[in-house]
Amino acid sequence: MAAITLRELTKVYPNGVRALDALDLEIADGEFFALLGPSGCGKTTLLRTIAGLELSSGGSVRIGDRDVTSLPPGQRDVAMVFQDYALFPHMTVRDNIAYPLRIKKVGKADRQDKAARTADELGLSALLDRRPGQLSGGQQQRVALARAMACHPQVFLLDEPLSNLDARLRLEARTFLKRLQRELGVTTVFVTHDQAEALALADRIAVMEGGRIRQVGTPTEVFRRPANTFVAGFIGSTPMNLVPARVRGDELAVAAVRLPVPEDVRGELTDGEQVVYGVRPEYLDYSPEPASGALTGQVVVVENLGSFSLVSLDVPAEEPDAGATTSVQVVVPEGREPEPGDTGWVTPRPGRSLIYRDGELIGSTAEAAVPAPRTGVGADA
Amino acid sequence: MVQVTSRPDETVEGAGPVTGPSPAPDAAGLGRARAAGFLVPSMVLILLFLVVPAAWTIYLGVTNYRLTGLAAANPEVVGLENYTRALSDERFRNSLVLTLQFVLGSAVIGQACLGFAIAYALRDRRGPLRRVVEAFILLAWILPSSVVAFLWIALLDRDAGTLNALLGMPGMAWLLDYPMLSIIIFNTWRGTAFSMMLYAAALENVPRSHLETARLAGASTGQQLRDVVFPRIRGHVLTNLLLISLWTFNDFSPFLITAGGPEQRSEILAVYVYKVALSGGELGFGAAISFIMLLINLVIALIYLRMLGRRKERA
Repeated sequence: MAAITLRELTKVYPNGVRALDALDLEIADGEFFALLGPSGCGKTTLLRTIAGLELSSGGSVRIGDRDVTSLPPGQRDVAMVFQDYALFPHMTVRDNIAYPLRIKKVGKADRQDKAARTADELGLSALLDRRPGQLSGGQQQRVALARAMACHPQVFLLDEPLSNLDARLRLEARTFLKRLQRELGVTTVFVTHDQAEALALADRIAVMEGGRIRQVGTPTEVFRRPANTFVAGFIGSTPMNLVPARVRGDELAVAAVRLPVPEDVRGELTDGEQVVYGVRPEYLDYSPEPASGALTGQVVVVENLGSFSLVSLDVPAEEPDAGATTSVQVVVPEGREPEPGDTGWVTPRPGRSLIYRDGELIGSTAEAAVPAPRTGVGADA
Repeated sequence: MVQVTSRPDETVEGAGPVTGPSPAPDAAGLGRARAAGFLVPSMVLILLFLVVPAAWTIYLGVTNYRLTGLAAANPEVVGLENYTRALSDERFRNSLVLTLQFVLGSAVIGQACLGFAIAYALRDRRGPLRRVVEAFILLAWILPSSVVAFLWIALLDRDAGTLNALLGMPGMAWLLDYPMLSIIIFNTWRGTAFSMMLYAAALENVPRSHLETARLAGASTGQQLRDVVFPRIRGHVLTNLLLISLWTFNDFSPFLITAGGPEQRSEILAVYVYKVALSGGELGFGAAISFIMLLINLVIALIYLRMLGRRKERA
């Protein structure tokens, strides 16, 4: 068990791509930590650099109280589960699980015993003599986890742990994984491009873009108060509405209506300033009747998402684009969906609106905000 | 058989209107007659140039047929005499041992090991270094035997050889003092390209994540090869060994360098047969030895195929 500390970590590939850009990050002992971002953001490179499969071009990696920056992967005391599980097809489940112990020269009886006990913990006892090719995807994943667990590493690294499973199995595996991590209490870092997976599993999430971390926080923090418009657009199954707005005294001119400026940022805005007004579709209430303090527009699209529908409205844009329209999405409970072409009113719930200036959240906790990366950098290894 | 295969024809015709002239059930829609038509030319060629000469060789092997003399006009069937003579012939047995040395030294050890080493060393490299190395190795493979043989004679020549000039030891007669070593190194140099290319393709099939899992467990390069790479490319290794063993066993090009000499010290079987049958004119005896070679080839192939088959059962 150990914390992971990254200082100024930089990775530049020989072709000049800067995959990690002076990254600072602390992952606490026993934490379940997600690296989240679109493909090419550097999250996989970061994971592989922690593992030692990539050597950093600058900065340091510490695991516990050891500086492992230049240690080979085998000496870092980490275990990694790959996206394809990387089970050796010519070995039985037992031999696969015992493989790291075999390399560490543990005696045959000892390592088989250890493998059997680890397999038992993961419900794999009946499969010990099978080969990986005879297992289902979920079973293969558990064998890969067992192999990682068998030698009691200080850190688990999981690369897209759920992406090779079909949708139903994925939910099951997600719950299983979270419980396993709780029980083992091993510091675990996993990479995912799926924000729902990150929100559901992680204790804390780092949202990455272009080789830099744009926000670090708990799932609640990242969901409720995205530090910038990038995170706001990336987190949430429906992206946040980001509407251009202008400050008018104590009010905001948004989509041809005046809304009160949220209290916590009132002192930080200057009159006439151009900002972005952000509110999640879940935090908007739709009404077919006129309401005060509501944005109004025409319903364009209704997408049925099961227990609710996602309704898109075209609302008039604020200057300087007066005359044009901008799209606002709102979540409407089942049974109350409007028809396309209807006119609707949407009211933001109090305390759920966010104001962004130059892409950064105003009134956000300062340390969470990281400046935007230079454009045109970053690649997933 | 005919009944079984023709039945779908009838059902298709009976099932309803079939547009087009071909009611055949096969994937290409050819029908048996036309499919056979496509096969006939190649079958005729195979029969003419492979089956008939092979049968003719087997027949010749039991006669005393010669290039010249009485037996050339009226060859007589002599039964297994050629075979018993070959098996008790010191020169034949010497030749067989040399051939096995040649196969083991230049194919199994030389080409396969060197080819794998080069492929493994170049596996993650891209760019000019890899291309230059590959180009040179391929060049050795694609040049005609006669050209290559001349180059090697020029390299190893006693008086004006390049190697002696490089080493500063004029008068060293490589081809006379070390004839087997010379042709083993020659054949290794010449044939490594095939193994290298085959292994390079095979190594592409080893998933990176498997190697990385082994690295994370702390496995050394040797352990990675043992636990990850070789189990994965076993089939490629066996196929490669099968092919290069057979090619090397039947290879004639060493004749162009040493002509089997000196004193039959590099007289491998292919060279021996040539000398006996064509220089010596004993076609019947040569045919018998050829047939023995064919049997040895078959045994080699069977051993490898058995190993391949066992691998499939285990997988």
